[in-house]
Amino acid sequence: MSSGLGDEVDKKLIVVLRDGRKFIGIMRTFDQFANIVLQDTIERIYVGDCYSDKNLGLFFIRGDNVVILGEIDPDKEVQEKKLKKVSWEEITKAAALEKIKKEEEEQLKRRVMTESGLTIDSILNIDDF
Amino acid sequence: MLFFSFYKSLVGKEITVELKNDLSITGLLQSVDQFLNIKLKDIKVNEEDKYPYMISVKNCFIRGSVVRYVHLPAEDVDVETLQDHSRLEAREQKKQNKQHQEQKSSTATTATTSTTV
Repeated sequence: MSSGLGDEVDKKLIVVLRDGRKFIGIMRTFDQFANIVLQDTIERIYVGDCYSDKNLGLFFIRGDNVVILGEIDPDKEVQEKKLKKVSWEEITKAAALEKIKKEEEEQLKRRVMTESGLTIDSILNIDDF
Repeated sequence: MLFFSFYKSLVGKEITVELKNDLSITGLLQSVDQFLNIKLKDIKVNEEDKYPYMISVKNCFIRGSVVRYVHLPAEDVDVETLQDHSRLEAREQKKQNKQHQEQKSSTATTATTSTTV
């Protein structure tokens, strides 16, 4: 019954962290805080229909950064092949562009909100999620 | 502990979990633990194209601390039992507090009498 991570040991997982990064690797160890050790880890960045991987090796991830541990389903992994794999340089460039675009949007939103007397942003920023 | 038991009664039901990063996932509740970590089976992500990394995921573990909302199937929630249990829990807590205070005051009086002797 208990929802431990026991079933996921030695399986390939995608780990989504609080800062939005995604790591894929084989989970070898875990504890009650969801601290985990990942083997043969890759970091994967997605931008639009493209993605890219970077080999990083062995990782210990502190549990409080973990958002989701997703079991990678081999059947469903095929669907992902529709996405285009590009080089790491390309993806980091695209990610930087996307980040700038998002920041601009955020600033616009903030301006509109402050103009109408709302300062909800400051509250939202406390939980840096 | 109340919500832990409550979630346990919902195992096997379809729930939607909304996370603090706005991702919301629908799936069958597979299990929960005391931190309210949730395991979902056969998930479907709302706005799937916005989250391409979830395409290849079927089962997932969600850390309790990142959950914002859980949407529950109304017909599977027994409100009356839930209310009864929360009353019971409140009553028990009150009783415990009272006992604790009584113990404290009794030890305090024995302490004072011993000093006077």
